[in-house]
Amino acid sequence: MTGSSGLRTDARRTAWLLAPALAWMGLFFVLPLMVVFLISFATRSAYGGVEWAFTPANYRDLADPLYLRIYLRSCVMALATTGVCLVLGFPLAYHMARAPARWQGIWLVLVLIPFWTNFLVRTYAWMNLLRADGLLNTALIGAGVMRAPVEILYSDLAVLIGLVYGYLPFMVLPLYAAIERLDRSLLEAARDLYAPGWAVFTRVIVPLTKPGIIAGCLLVFIPSLGAYITPDLLGGARSMMIGNFIQHEYLVVRDWPLGSAASFVLMAIVVAGLWGYQRAGGVRA
Amino acid sequence: MMRDPRKAWLRAASLGIMMFLYLPIAVLVVYSFNAAKLSTAWQGLSLQWYALLARDHALLVALQNSLLIAAVSTAIATLLGVSAAVGIERLPWRRRTWLDGAFLLPLVMPEVMMGVALLLFFVLIKMPLGLLTVTIGHAVFNVPVVTMIVRARLRKLDPHLEEAARDLGATPWQAFRRVTLPLVRPSVIGAALLAFTVSLDDFVVTFFTAGPGATTLPLKVYSMIKTGISPEINALSAMLVVVSMALVGLSLVMQRTNEK
Repeated sequence: MTGSSGLRTDARRTAWLLAPALAWMGLFFVLPLMVVFLISFATRSAYGGVEWAFTPANYRDLADPLYLRIYLRSCVMALATTGVCLVLGFPLAYHMARAPARWQGIWLVLVLIPFWTNFLVRTYAWMNLLRADGLLNTALIGAGVMRAPVEILYSDLAVLIGLVYGYLPFMVLPLYAAIERLDRSLLEAARDLYAPGWAVFTRVIVPLTKPGIIAGCLLVFIPSLGAYITPDLLGGARSMMIGNFIQHEYLVVRDWPLGSAASFVLMAIVVAGLWGYQRAGGVRA
Repeated sequence: MMRDPRKAWLRAASLGIMMFLYLPIAVLVVYSFNAAKLSTAWQGLSLQWYALLARDHALLVALQNSLLIAAVSTAIATLLGVSAAVGIERLPWRRRTWLDGAFLLPLVMPEVMMGVALLLFFVLIKMPLGLLTVTIGHAVFNVPVVTMIVRARLRKLDPHLEEAARDLGATPWQAFRRVTLPLVRPSVIGAALLAFTVSLDDFVVTFFTAGPGATTLPLKVYSMIKTGISPEINALSAMLVVVSMALVGLSLVMQRTNEK
């Protein structure tokens, strides 16, 4: 038995274990975020510096239709990416989870390898394929499908392809974990009771794997919304997303207060998304 | 039992998605050996782009920077992350929840925002941007990665093992060093390898926190892509693909040994 003094030294020891990491994250994560928050209420000085003030003007400026369109386009793009990843990821995850145990490990590694390959390299790989003189056009023309090359690169479609490619593993892994845990006998029971295939899917599989679906959707939606590299490399002049807008305000226009406000709105959408999904998941579960 | 016809299309769909995942990378690797300079037409096998890489001095400097930043930031993140993981797992349940949130936030935070926040902070405290600021930035996003992986392993350990060591007279540090640490070591190594890979691959945070003198490999790749498509990037990309695969493989092997 440990006395109360023993408990206290244990608590102190635990505090010492946590202190370095908390100090580090407090100094280089929490504090910088607070600085961004403060500056989002400041104004820009003539030479690109920051003039301290306390005004919501930056947030009001963001309501400009020009900026709103960037936010709207980013949300639509992130939702589309999430949808496509879900449609592609579900059959793959289902197949993986139902494979023999030895194959499951191999499938998992196969999904993980592209995921850990440098993101820039993966995006660049698509630039090669989608160019007007790229392999996709060459192959399609060679096969007689098309006569003239179509420039897919530098378009919204290219950004969508790049985002789906980049974040598909984020969808597959939680889906796989959820489906793997699914009790097979429930599916058999549904079929024995003459449920048609579609009903088994919508009334049994989907509700039971909902936590995995929600986790996968969040894991894809969040990074897609703040994507920077993909729209920058694959998108056209009009494909700017929130991430590019923030970078543009900071490094090109040098309007730090507006850039800070923009990044806080991005974070607000992310937090709202997290909260909303948690509630949606909580209601039914 | 009858063979399920659903399985046939599920397998076809899965193979199709695998093609989607691997085809772009495969094409990249194959074309890094193409002798042609501009066209996508195949003009014979050549190693000239790899030879060009080997002579690129700026690239070598970028590689050195990347390795240095990855090594130092991984060391910091591993020390802080492992100690935090042990600390959190010792806390009572109720006090863990807000720490869970605090360690989750950096993982879900849009990378651009983290880059911007660090940039502003470093400029405000008048810290010159360079290798040091990039290293700090990488150690920030890697601490939660290490903590998450090591915590998952710690939770599976039998708490009685450390208690037994303490009952037999071991000091807390001895109990940790001789009992807990050997049991979690593979997951610590796996987490460190992952942190190293993430650091080596990072572009966004590096882009914001690197000054003009601190070019890393991803920054170099980015500027090469931006300035024009040259087969030299194919060769470099192919090499990066191979390195990533090796690191992931190593990390997986480490975590697998852990399970046994």
